[in-house]
Amino acid sequence: MTNPPRRQTASDATQTAAAAGAGVSDPLGLGSDPLALDAALRRIWATGPGWQRLAAVNHSIVGRRFMVTALVFFAIAGTLAMLIRIQLATPDSGFMEPGLYAQVFTMHGTVMMFLFAIPLFEGLAMYLLPKMLGARDMAFPRMSAYGYWCYLFGGTLLIVAMLAGAAPAGGWFMYTPLSSKPWSPGIGADVWLLGITFVEISAISAAVEITVTILILRAPGMSLDRMPVFAWYMLTVAAMMLVGFPPLILGSLLLEAERAFGLPFFDPAGGGDPLLWQHLFWLFGHPEVYIIFLPAAGALSTLIPVFAGRPLAGYRAVVAALVAMAFLSFGLWVHHMYATGLPHLSLALFSAASTLVAVPTAVQIFAWIATLAQRRPNPGPPAGPRAPAPVSAPVSVPMLHVFGFFFVFVMGGLTGVMLAIVPFDLQAHDTHFVVAHLHYVLIGGFLFPMLAAGYHWLPLITGRAHDGPAARLGFWLVFAGFNGTFFVMHVTGLMGMPRRVHAYGAESGWHWLNLLSSVSSFVMAIGFAVILIDAVMTLRFGRKAQADPWQAATLEWAVPALPPPPYTFAALPRITSRADRLEPRKIAPLLARGEGVLGLARNGWMETVGVTVAGGEPEQIVILPQQTYLPLWTALATGAVFLSLLFKIYPAAILAALVVLVLFLRWPVGEHAAADWGAMPATAGGGAMPAGEGLSLPLSSEAPVPPALWALRMLAVADGALLASLLFGGLFLALSAPGWPPPLWPALPRAPGILAALALAGAWGAARMAGRAAGRAAGRAAGRAAAPACVAALAGNLAALAACGWMIAALPPLQTHAAQAVLAAALIWLGLHALIGAVLAVNALRRLASGHVSARRRIDLDLMRLWQAGLLPAGLVVLGFPAMLRALAEAAAGAP
Amino acid sequence: MPLVGCGWTGGPLSALDPAGPQARAMAALWWTMLAAAAALFVLVMALYLWALLRPEAAARVPPRRWILWGGIFLPLPILLPLGAAALVLGEAVLRPAGTEPFRVTAEARQWHWLFSYPANPGAAESVDLLHIPAGRPVEVTLTSADVVHSFWIPRLGGKIDAIPGRETRIVLIADAPGSYGGQCAEYCGTGHSFMAFEVLAHPQEALAEALAPVPSAPVPSTAQEPAR
Repeated sequence: MTNPPRRQTASDATQTAAAAGAGVSDPLGLGSDPLALDAALRRIWATGPGWQRLAAVNHSIVGRRFMVTALVFFAIAGTLAMLIRIQLATPDSGFMEPGLYAQVFTMHGTVMMFLFAIPLFEGLAMYLLPKMLGARDMAFPRMSAYGYWCYLFGGTLLIVAMLAGAAPAGGWFMYTPLSSKPWSPGIGADVWLLGITFVEISAISAAVEITVTILILRAPGMSLDRMPVFAWYMLTVAAMMLVGFPPLILGSLLLEAERAFGLPFFDPAGGGDPLLWQHLFWLFGHPEVYIIFLPAAGALSTLIPVFAGRPLAGYRAVVAALVAMAFLSFGLWVHHMYATGLPHLSLALFSAASTLVAVPTAVQIFAWIATLAQRRPNPGPPAGPRAPAPVSAPVSVPMLHVFGFFFVFVMGGLTGVMLAIVPFDLQAHDTHFVVAHLHYVLIGGFLFPMLAAGYHWLPLITGRAHDGPAARLGFWLVFAGFNGTFFVMHVTGLMGMPRRVHAYGAESGWHWLNLLSSVSSFVMAIGFAVILIDAVMTLRFGRKAQADPWQAATLEWAVPALPPPPYTFAALPRITSRADRLEPRKIAPLLARGEGVLGLARNGWMETVGVTVAGGEPEQIVILPQQTYLPLWTALATGAVFLSLLFKIYPAAILAALVVLVLFLRWPVGEHAAADWGAMPATAGGGAMPAGEGLSLPLSSEAPVPPALWALRMLAVADGALLASLLFGGLFLALSAPGWPPPLWPALPRAPGILAALALAGAWGAARMAGRAAGRAAGRAAGRAAAPACVAALAGNLAALAACGWMIAALPPLQTHAAQAVLAAALIWLGLHALIGAVLAVNALRRLASGHVSARRRIDLDLMRLWQAGLLPAGLVVLGFPAMLRALAEAAAGAP
Repeated sequence: MPLVGCGWTGGPLSALDPAGPQARAMAALWWTMLAAAAALFVLVMALYLWALLRPEAAARVPPRRWILWGGIFLPLPILLPLGAAALVLGEAVLRPAGTEPFRVTAEARQWHWLFSYPANPGAAESVDLLHIPAGRPVEVTLTSADVVHSFWIPRLGGKIDAIPGRETRIVLIADAPGSYGGQCAEYCGTGHSFMAFEVLAHPQEALAEALAPVPSAPVPSTAQEPAR
């Protein structure tokens, strides 16, 4: 195709804003040339070749990168598993010495959990969600890219450390004090704590991004109750991540502070408690299991209905079940701690909650069975050009893996109920029975569904059709090898083999079982190799996939081509029914012709529609950022912070943190946000931009609640969970750690506390005033009107920061007792947040000066206002925390 | 009742070869749950395969009934009695009633167990060897000198962690005199695999003799005659 005549509406970026605003006279572009529209959209959305790939922000590219990288880490961790099985194949093995073996099993668990499972589903969600929801991209493409780089760099740090022989060696849950300085003097534990925290940046950013995308970036008309069920799953998972990851991040930071600076959070000699680590870790670690399972279950809930040719049975019951699961999962963590000597009655409470989780699980399992039961009696050749599944086999390759899921996961669920029972767990805990159980749950509940999902969406992602006896052979090898490896471990464990032993004597009676496990594990490895080779061959030589090969009913198959173009949809569909009952092959050609919302290309803008949360009514036009190297630079600078901390070069860490800050200040962009588009003459009255289909919508820069504000709300949830974990940790120590109350109570001076409270209140008031002043001002006067209030907010935050520093300086030496260490941590939290408040004020001043703020465009002021509104109550809690801690400790000491 | 503890499930550390009332109750719980779980597994898989391979027949069950019966009415009547039984059993196992227990303290450290008998003045401390009376509850009080360890005698009962800064307790009973294997169950460093100990259960009348310091190798600080 050579330069087609350009339509007036497909104007490109060189046009001036006013001309473009006036020029959209035929936004629908009906009857237009789909090829011209495709070319115009590609020019805007495409990622450049060569080095420019490093600037990619597109969800299809970043999502694919997440998945491929995760698979590389899977291969690494799988190789480590093979080493473990070689070591345990025979009694008294000398294959690895115990120190090396400890590094191997620690890295196996760590890599599988943090670098494989979570990033894999994040990548899948990133790749699929916009397409399923009928959006052109995720809400914050640059954040996806930043998260990816953080994940890649953090994961690489761990692997490099392992190759250098300095891997962590305390087990993937890093129990203190084994992971504390005296018993892990090397750098390995620091690598874990800092590397994983680095990687968790990507988990938090993915969680924010997924929630906001699902909440507001949907096709017009797609209300919450019309969403494909996969979106419900991912919304739940992302919300769980926002609350579940902060306890781990906090625990890691506290433990690193103990290791680096001697703050005794977990050291009983200084009023700390090793159990605090266990609580924080499992407060994350148990929800984590469901965070890994639910995306896979979401994939099952999507592809089983496709196979059955029917919508999911019990859509509402399934949504209710998964929300119930999310809540229950936060009440189960103590079932990892039955043997720590907690009172039996409190154990019984957690035991009951743990068994109850079987109910929502069973609801989902039977919803899937019910869906299968409603299967179209004879799937035969449907109206379309091609049968949905190979006719030779009773089930397709994805359904083969679904069988693997049912078989393995049901068994893992049943042993899970057994382990929830206190008296049985006291025997099975920390043995190979638990190793068997967790692999049944994770491989059954994550790996098999993900393989099913992989085969299901392979045509979408790669554009290649897949059919192959090799895939079936690979499945059966993995399935047989898996059960051979792990089923016998139930018995090995009950016969007394603890976890993580590197050797055992022949008299134990475990050798035949272990040999069977080891041999089977190699069968499983061969199976994975077959699957990999088959997948590579498909990529290389597979025939081109046809559109919508499975006769699916969700929007991701309504893209104009396989694999989808970078702009995903040439126009966004209007949804009038449940979005898992659509007919992609009918919708796709309409959308490709631009028949839908935003079926146009203008101004070089990457546009998609933002909708109201519940109703899915179109509300704003979100203009997404262009390809940029900023995420890469920011992630590199972030990596420099972590490396400096790792090698204890603290001035460099501060310097690198400043670079990160400066880079982040460059993130707010968008020439479109420098003008009031809604006030342009052509659209005057509507106060909005034409969006096609007779719609006129404001740009997000002029919308009351743009995506950035949603992002800050979600981030605030995670931040609140972090603070809550810290305060919980302090109160837990005061109540139950040895060595409390401290011999010398830290006496905080009153003046800085009062000063901080007043300063925060003042900053909040100033931030509110800034927004109001800008709202009343006309045109560019907004800048002058809001500036004084922004300066006042800046001053308030700086005063609060100084007051926090004053209070920290007034504390007794932090190394002497956990009481002052915890107080210092809380005050550092507050000081950092005042600092960020100051940065937001500076950002607002910059944007005022550059003309990006007007009565209509107030996002920079709104972010500042939201930040201060949250910081004020949180700050008051932190300032009241010392008194709370003391009262509790004294009450606990006074109690008999 | 399955044949407990015979054949290939034996071994010095086998929880399936119980030698005390608590371990026996736990093993019985296991075999019961195993039977129930096996039945449930077969049931769920059969329903799944039925729905997958014979959808014409399975379609006669409406989806609502599948979900209600499978998701609610199937698990709840199993889980509720199981939870109640677990509570009662847990109470019985964790706090066995009866005679005054024989008291021992155990200090775990990388990678040994130091047992002492403060209630028996004159008794010698022992390393990686625990003397207990048979047929009488034994209360072990655990501390740790360094990292978290876990005290486990699989043939007598469940495990309990030894946590720095805390004291934890477990009560165990051995039916008969004999030797039982013990092992650290929580990963505690490179010596974890070999942090084992032996439990010798003596007839009540032979206990004092066993606790007495070995004459040929007197321990300096406790080189005195036993009380009796």
